[in-house]
Amino acid sequence: MAKIEDHAVAHVETETGATIAKNTRNALYLFFIYVAFYAGYMLLNALEPEVMAARPFGGLNLALIFGMFLIVLALVLALFYMWLCKGTEQTANRKANS
Amino acid sequence: MLYHRSLGAVIVFAIFVSAVLGLSFYLGRRAKSAKAYYAAGGQIHWFVNGVAFAGDYLSAASFLGICGMIAFFGYDGFLYSVGYLAGWIVALFVVAEPLKRMGRYTFADALDNRFQSRGIKLTAAISTLIVSIFYLIPQMVGAGVLIQPLLGFSHYVGVLLVGVLVITIVVTAGMVSTTWVQFIKGSLLVIFCFILTVLILKRGLTTQPVDEAGQPTPGFRTTTLATIAGTPNLEILPEEAGWAKKPYVRVVDKVTGETRVWRKMGDGDTLREAQTLTVRNGATFANGRRQGLGSGESDLRPVGHVVSLPGGVTRTGAQGPAEYLRTLQDSQMLLWSNEKLDEADGAKTTVYFPRIAAGSELLLPGASPTFAGLRGKDIWKRLDFLSLMLALFAGTASLPHILIRYYTVRDQASARKSTVVGIAAIGFFYVLTLFMGLGAMTSGSMDPTNNNMAAPLLAKSFSPWLFAVISAIAFTTVLGTVSGLILAASGAVAHDLMTNVFKMQMEDSKKVMMAKFSAVVVGVIAMVLGIVFKNMNVTFLVGWAFNIAASANLPALVMLLFWKRTTKQGIAAAIITGMVASLGWILVSAQAFKDVYGLDPKGAWVPFSQPGLVTIPLGFLVLVGVSLLTQAKGKPRLDEATGSDSGGSPACHPREPALGNHRP
Repeated sequence: MAKIEDHAVAHVETETGATIAKNTRNALYLFFIYVAFYAGYMLLNALEPEVMAARPFGGLNLALIFGMFLIVLALVLALFYMWLCKGTEQTANRKANS
Repeated sequence: MLYHRSLGAVIVFAIFVSAVLGLSFYLGRRAKSAKAYYAAGGQIHWFVNGVAFAGDYLSAASFLGICGMIAFFGYDGFLYSVGYLAGWIVALFVVAEPLKRMGRYTFADALDNRFQSRGIKLTAAISTLIVSIFYLIPQMVGAGVLIQPLLGFSHYVGVLLVGVLVITIVVTAGMVSTTWVQFIKGSLLVIFCFILTVLILKRGLTTQPVDEAGQPTPGFRTTTLATIAGTPNLEILPEEAGWAKKPYVRVVDKVTGETRVWRKMGDGDTLREAQTLTVRNGATFANGRRQGLGSGESDLRPVGHVVSLPGGVTRTGAQGPAEYLRTLQDSQMLLWSNEKLDEADGAKTTVYFPRIAAGSELLLPGASPTFAGLRGKDIWKRLDFLSLMLALFAGTASLPHILIRYYTVRDQASARKSTVVGIAAIGFFYVLTLFMGLGAMTSGSMDPTNNNMAAPLLAKSFSPWLFAVISAIAFTTVLGTVSGLILAASGAVAHDLMTNVFKMQMEDSKKVMMAKFSAVVVGVIAMVLGIVFKNMNVTFLVGWAFNIAASANLPALVMLLFWKRTTKQGIAAAIITGMVASLGWILVSAQAFKDVYGLDPKGAWVPFSQPGLVTIPLGFLVLVGVSLLTQAKGKPRLDEATGSDSGGSPACHPREPALGNHRP
């Protein structure tokens, strides 16, 4: 029976140093965007909890909207990051081929 | 409440366990090397790894704990959902790719990528072990707590069952079997929680819930003092011993001998029926009669109803998710709390009493005892909350059993993609927890004595088959997480300590044997601790683990990646400081005084219980300070972006020979 190590994948990073640097920068920008919203949520809950009772739209209170927003935002930023990384990779490939 | 053993749950669970063990033994014959044991040969597809992240991360604390907290207290459990999920942003944007680039099998490998320092390996390995053990205890306790109502066995049986199963899974095929167990568990958890949520929304809300047989769940009566006084065979018992000055009226029926306890609701004359559990001379009495399911015996009745819906309707019918939440906001619910009293004859009684709560209050932070401080004036309680949310945010990406999953995929692009899949699965799951918790709150099916059973009992209110499946899944949430923890801990012992710190020279196959032996030892320790800490508050322990992980591991990881002047002494000092400071803080906190030592929490040495707000920045400060003091002249510094030295070569496993050439 074939063993797992017979097919062990060679660890070959396909991303270059320049690509890694660009991706890291993009990741940090997106990270700080999320931190801003998360910090806002935490601080509102801790310092002005009565604001969370407001119902800005849709009839739902801010606590529910903001909490759900943070969960959705995490996925949106994650997918956006994937898209940016793909763009960086394509740019790097184009430069390598030209 | 007492439970009939569910044969369905036992059968479903047995099928699942057989499948998982069969898979483990099959895969075990193919995985013999250290790379296969620790990292599944680096062959795991990113999608599988992403779902396995969900299976690894979503433990009983997430599934049962959060649903239970929401079911009993409202919004506050959702704060944990948001905090736990937010931590994955740190994982994706800060940790995932550099960790993959720099490591081989364990977190200690990554930290030590540039230094080859035994100090780093030692401290990182100890940190891994401590965090893993702290995380293991609540999992094992949870397994024991679940097994009695779900499968009908005693607490210690649940602990031993999980321990033996997990040891078998990990020892047969290490990371390979662990990955597939977690993948299966993660998939089942998300799928069935989705099904449960759809059923909740389809059922809508009603003031007259029914059970799985379509029968109305036992309601709870209301009466007035005037009615009692006007009924000849009812006699009000005197307020004596623990009942004195409490808002209860105890009434005995002189004809039947039955005793009922009513709670004054504070709005005029209305009394609502409460429930009691009394332990007298070793026997337990529920609502005045011996607790049991036979004739002449009684048990606590399930609870949790909507008292009034907007517009005075009794049923809403099927609703969409936003509509469901809006309706709840404008409804009133009957929630249940408890308090302990001493009887005149020395017996101990727990009274489970109802209270009416407005949805508009429940669906805001601060309705639970954990976060009640948010509605008060005490600044320390607010800092405690901020500290916990920081620890959850920083802790996820510092948990060793999560970090080791990054070594099972082929490259950092895969690490990135698998984290995104994990975020999608975990985020979706946490959205579902809100609906499951609120659905349980209003289902009329909850056990007033046990928050953890809210989700399975909610499933039971739909069908016994769903109860069986959800119960089996609840039990296997423990299996998936415990496998990851034991694997991480065995890696710390065998790979980090034995091979890298103590430089024990071993062939690859011997290394794997030592790793498996370590897994057995850690597993046994986990079983013992799970039995010893049976009555410990498990949410407290999980919070501990996050705080320690974030304080000890994150500063080292982040500064290594982003600050050129980090030195090996700085890293080791940061890990030690983070670990000792967070552990020390916890041990002298109000929470430990109350729950561990049984002392007055006012005697605590620190002003709030969650240390993260202090100990995480402390870790960073110590790292910076010690690094500045230990700068070596003339040695290469770290490149910021890649973690490579300023010689320019990328730091993908600089010590690693080309893989794929491994032959025993």
